[in-house]
Amino acid sequence: MSLQEELVGPPPAKLSVENVSKWYRTSRQTVHALDHVSLKIGEGEFVCLVGPSGCGKSTLLNIISGLESPDQGVVMADNEPVLNPGRHRLVMFQESALFPWLDVIGNVMFGLKLKPGLTNRERLEVAKFFIQLVGLEKFSAAHVHELSGGMKQRVALARALAPNPRVLLMDEPFAALDALTREQLYSDIQRIWHKRRKTIVFVTHNVREAVCLADRVILFSRNPGRIREQFDIPLPRPRDINSIELAEYAGRITRALKGHSAGEVSDE
Amino acid sequence: MRRAFLATLFFVALVSIWHFIVQANIWSPVLLPSPKSVGEYLLGAARDGTLLQATTVTVRRLLLGYFIGVAIGLPLGLFTSASKFMEDTVGVLALGLQTLPSVCWIPLALLWFGQTESAMLFVVIMGTVWSVVIATDTGVRNIPSIYARAARTMGSRGLHKWTKVILPASLPYLVSGMKQGWAFAWRSLMAAEIYVTILTGFGLGHLLHYGRELHAMDQVIGVMLIIVLIGLITDKILFAPIERFLHRRWGTGAR
Repeated sequence: MSLQEELVGPPPAKLSVENVSKWYRTSRQTVHALDHVSLKIGEGEFVCLVGPSGCGKSTLLNIISGLESPDQGVVMADNEPVLNPGRHRLVMFQESALFPWLDVIGNVMFGLKLKPGLTNRERLEVAKFFIQLVGLEKFSAAHVHELSGGMKQRVALARALAPNPRVLLMDEPFAALDALTREQLYSDIQRIWHKRRKTIVFVTHNVREAVCLADRVILFSRNPGRIREQFDIPLPRPRDINSIELAEYAGRITRALKGHSAGEVSDE
Repeated sequence: MRRAFLATLFFVALVSIWHFIVQANIWSPVLLPSPKSVGEYLLGAARDGTLLQATTVTVRRLLLGYFIGVAIGLPLGLFTSASKFMEDTVGVLALGLQTLPSVCWIPLALLWFGQTESAMLFVVIMGTVWSVVIATDTGVRNIPSIYARAARTMGSRGLHKWTKVILPASLPYLVSGMKQGWAFAWRSLMAAEIYVTILTGFGLGHLLHYGRELHAMDQVIGVMLIIVLIGLITDKILFAPIERFLHRRWGTGAR
C-alpha cells in the first residue's frame, strides 16, 4: 500500500450483529449481559450505544472488537465473522491505555509498525499526519504522563486512527474528562469523522453526548441486556452540544430511558 | 552544593563521634580501633595491593554470579507468569527457595564442588535466581490488563507482545527485582567468602575472616567499610540511572 493510499484510508466497513447473547457466570450468580441482540450498522455510520450501567453495551463493543466472543450468535464485519481482534477494528478505551514507556509518536507508531507493506519512513509520515490531525504536533516527543487527560485521549485517538481501521470502537472515551475538554473533543471528533469517514460505534451513558455525535442512538435496557429503542438523529453537523434542538432530542431519549429503568443515567 | 556540604558535615560528624568515643577510653582499642588506625590499615592495604586484588576477585565473582542468576531467573519468571503449570511447579519452588537464607547453600556447595570457585558461584547464583524469578513474575502479573487489551486490538501477539508490551510494561518491577537480586547476590557472596577458604582467589570476605582470626580490628572495620562502599557505588552507578529514567518516563517518584 502506498503512502498516498494510507493517508486517504480504506472505505469504512459495515457491521452486522446477529442474534448475539452473552452470559457472565461467577460462583454466586449468572448475569445475562446480552440477550438476542441484533443490529445493523452501515458503512461510515456513527452509532452510539446508550444505557444504564450493566446493560451490556460495553460487552457488545468488546464482542464487535473481537476481544470477547459471544455465547450465541455472531458479529459480521463486511460479511466476515469476527473471531479475533483485528487491525480493521481498533478500540479507544475509557482510560487512554497509552504505553508509558513510549513517547507520543512511539505510541502512535505502535499499531503502524504491526502493519505490513509500509517502509519505516512512510510509517513515520503517517504517524506525523495523525498527530497533526489531533492537533498535538508540538508534543510528539512528550512522555505520556506529561499530557493532560484530554491530550492523552487525543493521542489515543491518533493511535487508533493511524493504522487506518475501517471501524473505530470507542468505549466511553471522554467519561473521565472535564466538561470543557469534552466539548472541545466533541467538535474535534466530528471534524475528524467528517475528514476520515469511519464506521464508529461509541459507547456512553451520557445521552447528550450521544445525540451530539451520533447518526443513530441505540438505547439499551438491562437484566437482560437488550436493545430497547432506536432514535435517528437527523440534526445537521457540526452540532453544538448546547443547542436547543439537541437538548430536545436528548430529553426525549432520557424520558424513554427513565421509563425503562429507575434513573441511573445522567443528562449532563 | 548545599546538599553536598550537609552530607559531608554528617559523615565528618559521624567519624568525629567515633574518634571521641575512642579518646574517652571506654573500650579497649583492641575492640574499638581509632578512625586513624583503620585509615592507616586501608592505606597500607591499598599500597601493597591486597585491597585491590581482593576487591577485584570479589567483584568478578559477584558480577559473574549475578548475571548468570539474572539470565536464568528472568526467563523462568516470564514462564511462571505465563503458564499455570510453570506457576504450580517452578513458581512454588522459587517461592520456597527464596525464603532459604543463602548461607544454607554453603554446606551443600562445599560437598558438591569442594573448596572451588564453582562453589562460590553456585552460592551466589542460588542467592540471586529465586528472587529474580519472583520479581519478574510479580512484575508481569501487575501490568494493567488494558495494555494487553490495547496491544491485542492492534495486532500484537506472541513474541511481539512479550518483547514490545509485557517486558517494557513490567520494567519498573523488573528493575526493583534486579536490585533485590543484586543485594541477595552480594550477601550470598560475602557469606560464602567468609565460610569457604579457597586458594584460587582471596576476596574481601577472606580479608574480613582473617582480620577476625588475627584479632586485627582495624582490618575488620576497614574491610567492612570497603564492602559498604562497593554496595553504595554499584547502587549509584548501576541502578540509579535506570531508576531515574523510569521515573521520568512513567512520571513516578516524588522528585
